[in-house]
Amino acid sequence: MIAIVPGCIAILVALGVAGAILARAPVGRWIVYGGCLLVGSTSLVAGLIAIGGPTEHLVLPLGVPWIGMHLRLDSLSGFFLALLGLGAAGASLFAIGYGRHDQEPQRILPFYPLFLAGMHLVLLADDTFTFLFAWEFMSATSWALVVAQHKDEGNAHAAFVYLVMAVFSGLAMLLAFGMLAGAAGAYTFDAMRAAHPTAGVVAAAFAFALIGAGSKAGLVPLHVWLPLAHPAAPSPVSALMSGVMTKIAIYGFVRVVFDLLGGVPWWAATIVAILGGIGAVLGVLHATMERDLKRLLAYSTVENIGIVFVGLGLAMAFQANGFPTGAALALTAALFHALNHTLFKSLLFFGAGAVLHATGTRDIENLGGLIKRMPVTAATVLVGCFAISALPPMNGFASEWLIFQAILLRPELPQWGLKLAIPADGALLALAAALAAACFVRAFGIAFLGRPRTPAAEQAHETDIWSRAAMGIFAGLCLLTGLFPGAIIDLLAPVAQAMTGARMPVQTGDPWLTTVPVASSRSSYNGLLLFLFVAASGGLAAMVVRRVGSAVLRRVPPWDCGFPDPSPMTQYTAASMGQPIERVYGTAIFRARSTVDMPAPGDMRPARLTRTRSDPVWDAVYAPLGRCVTFVSSHLNVLQFLTIRRYLGFVFGALIVLLAALALWQ
Amino acid sequence: MIAPLLVQFAQMLLVLALAPLLTGLVRKVKARLQRRVGPPLVQPYRDLRRLMGKDAVMAENASWLFRVAPYTIFACTWVAAALVPTFATGLMFSWTGDLIVVAALLGTARFALSLAALDIGTAFGGIGASREAMIASLAEPATILIVFCVALIAGSTQLSNIADHMLNAHVGLRVSLALALVALIVVTLTENARIPVDNPATHLELTMVHEAMVLEYSGRHLAMIELSVSLKLLVYISIVACIFFPVGLAGAGAGPLAMAVGAAVYPIKLAIGGVLLGIFEMSIAKMRVFRLPNFVGAALMLGLLGVLLLFVSRGM
Repeated sequence: MIAIVPGCIAILVALGVAGAILARAPVGRWIVYGGCLLVGSTSLVAGLIAIGGPTEHLVLPLGVPWIGMHLRLDSLSGFFLALLGLGAAGASLFAIGYGRHDQEPQRILPFYPLFLAGMHLVLLADDTFTFLFAWEFMSATSWALVVAQHKDEGNAHAAFVYLVMAVFSGLAMLLAFGMLAGAAGAYTFDAMRAAHPTAGVVAAAFAFALIGAGSKAGLVPLHVWLPLAHPAAPSPVSALMSGVMTKIAIYGFVRVVFDLLGGVPWWAATIVAILGGIGAVLGVLHATMERDLKRLLAYSTVENIGIVFVGLGLAMAFQANGFPTGAALALTAALFHALNHTLFKSLLFFGAGAVLHATGTRDIENLGGLIKRMPVTAATVLVGCFAISALPPMNGFASEWLIFQAILLRPELPQWGLKLAIPADGALLALAAALAAACFVRAFGIAFLGRPRTPAAEQAHETDIWSRAAMGIFAGLCLLTGLFPGAIIDLLAPVAQAMTGARMPVQTGDPWLTTVPVASSRSSYNGLLLFLFVAASGGLAAMVVRRVGSAVLRRVPPWDCGFPDPSPMTQYTAASMGQPIERVYGTAIFRARSTVDMPAPGDMRPARLTRTRSDPVWDAVYAPLGRCVTFVSSHLNVLQFLTIRRYLGFVFGALIVLLAALALWQ
Repeated sequence: MIAPLLVQFAQMLLVLALAPLLTGLVRKVKARLQRRVGPPLVQPYRDLRRLMGKDAVMAENASWLFRVAPYTIFACTWVAAALVPTFATGLMFSWTGDLIVVAALLGTARFALSLAALDIGTAFGGIGASREAMIASLAEPATILIVFCVALIAGSTQLSNIADHMLNAHVGLRVSLALALVALIVVTLTENARIPVDNPATHLELTMVHEAMVLEYSGRHLAMIELSVSLKLLVYISIVACIFFPVGLAGAGAGPLAMAVGAAVYPIKLAIGGVLLGIFEMSIAKMRVFRLPNFVGAALMLGLLGVLLLFVSRGM
């Protein structure tokens, strides 16, 4: 089974080359995206088989000569491989139709398959060198895709910030593996698993892994690049970056913390859980105030990554306290949510791409009424909005419900940090879920409902058949995974078993396919029955009402309390829709202010409403850091203009200092 | 097999039949306190019949979503009502969802209603939806924290098990339960658009939230929404009764006699809840919209405090 995956990677690299050669020919799009679709489907199947299958190893004579390339396919990589294959297949299917509109395909086609190849290799890597190479390769190729539309305003800046953060992330991962390698300098993961690091090494490796994987995943406060970079890329790539690449980062974190380190102390769990909870709320609050559709989705990714990290933090906390069944529940919930996020976020980015192409704008203030002109896009995006808002019977609810169950599982953990962090996480997650619903009512309501606000929105057209197929399939999967969460939980059982040493109870044997995370006396949920009940009672109500009452429907101008205004400008806008939430939460957190500049009577200039808000994380962390870098570099600038004698003096001085340090060390 | 199924259906029909009566009772109490005679108790039934008989009048630019929403809202609320133990616990399908699911189902209904409010593209729909979103962003997490509070005490999020635990185990007076009760009452007022959060009787557009969202609805669609509103009030009062006053509830597998007792006690509980609600609404003034976050936020903080207390000490 494992041999298939390097084969897939080789095909992807070949597709990249083909993309470079055939970029300008129309057939290039078919070959590249069609090929990626097939490779993605293969990876999906291979991953699904590998979850339940035995762990497989493979050593290829590539890379550093005396080390070789160690590959390994176990249940954890299998799950993420399936997730990657699913996301890649969907994005490629979407891109077959969507890619027709690319202005400069030569900037996308070569890098798209290479990006996928890099992500495949991360999942398979079983030694430090391969992992870091794949990690950086994934960053570099995705950077090339972010910068593909470099002529658009802001994209160059987004690409620069992304590059800085990607380098930072790679460096942190390098240090994490350096810590794990220990004095012997173990390259292979097997050697790291066998080692017994001291508490200090564990702490350092955990911290570096959290920074490295967290900054790639978009964990607060390392998320600032994400809302810039994800929207800058073409829509299928945005879907891949948000839906899949962030999950690869989560894979890296799980691999280091649960597998290579084999558990971390409780304080580490507290940090992860709290950062996740804060990230969930901060991300969704940003999204609620955003008017750029793709950036809104990117901020919502920050939220969902936060939710996944809350689950991981709970799993780490239970593991640190010797409670493997609880850890299995929390880890399963986190990975289930990661899968769900791949499904609905890809779907929503496809929808955003379809809207962007149909209207030429990502600003929801310029949209409206698209449900009539883009019915299929609207219906599928609506499904995605229901799912991402954690509403039953969709998949987002099932995974968040499991995380809630994990929070309630064991209140008597001994550590005070966890006693406070876990209920706080519960409150933060509940807040994030409610705000997500508000955010997506606003996004869908302003963009797809109401009356068109611009001629572009009025003349929008439905997207092509390939894009519709991709959206339809993902909407269906959102519903299916929501109706049969037990199947996913059972699918994840080998992963939980490998990482935590326990698994959740078998779900598929329960009557009526009910999900019972711990015991039926504790909690149970049946999405399928719930959906059937709601559908049956809704249908019954409609039938009875039409039979008993009137079935006549008259179409008239809108009532609007007697004063209908024909101008679409009188509708609620995205800004006015978000204003109450901005006022309640934003004034404290984002220092959101709105000032009215009202001219005196007789003055001819227009009145102006100015709204400002700032990102607390950017202000507190990145802005001082940026100033610090500028300060240091401007003062070190003099070093660039010295004579050769002085430079040699520096070299000599450095040598003396190092020798002195060595002498003192010994 | 047949008997539990019949009991389950009996519960669904019972809540549907009692919901308008509860609304009528609250209106009657409020009218009497205002020294008005008030409409008869059965007026809500008459309103529903009249609305159903009328033609549905719909805006020209309404989409399919506007037509589907009323039935979605009704179905979600009705299923939520079916999952709450009213006269008996351990009903046939009570394991389909727990208290979190009930809260989330009502969230689905709210999501559908907010979208329908935005569908026509009028300013009133927008104002209602945006305020509803703001209020819900505080009330929903408060609900979840109340659920946590109760679930930590009862060791289950399943409403039937919670009710059994409250009924049989010696729970006693607990600080966290008291906090949860206060928070749940605030949430009940908020979620049902009652004074001081919203005024169900007003038609002064700028002060209203719920009524602004349903402004464009008429005929059978409006009837479905009105019925859902009544059902939602009944759901919340039933949840309060089932968790905090489970007296008379028939346990799982109870005989017909216990069921009959439960069925007799349940309307009394509803009536007490309705009368108290009416008295409360008459003794307080409506709040400005931007004072609401303090009111609803208090429920959120009470819920959080209750959960924290339980994490710190199981006995609180």
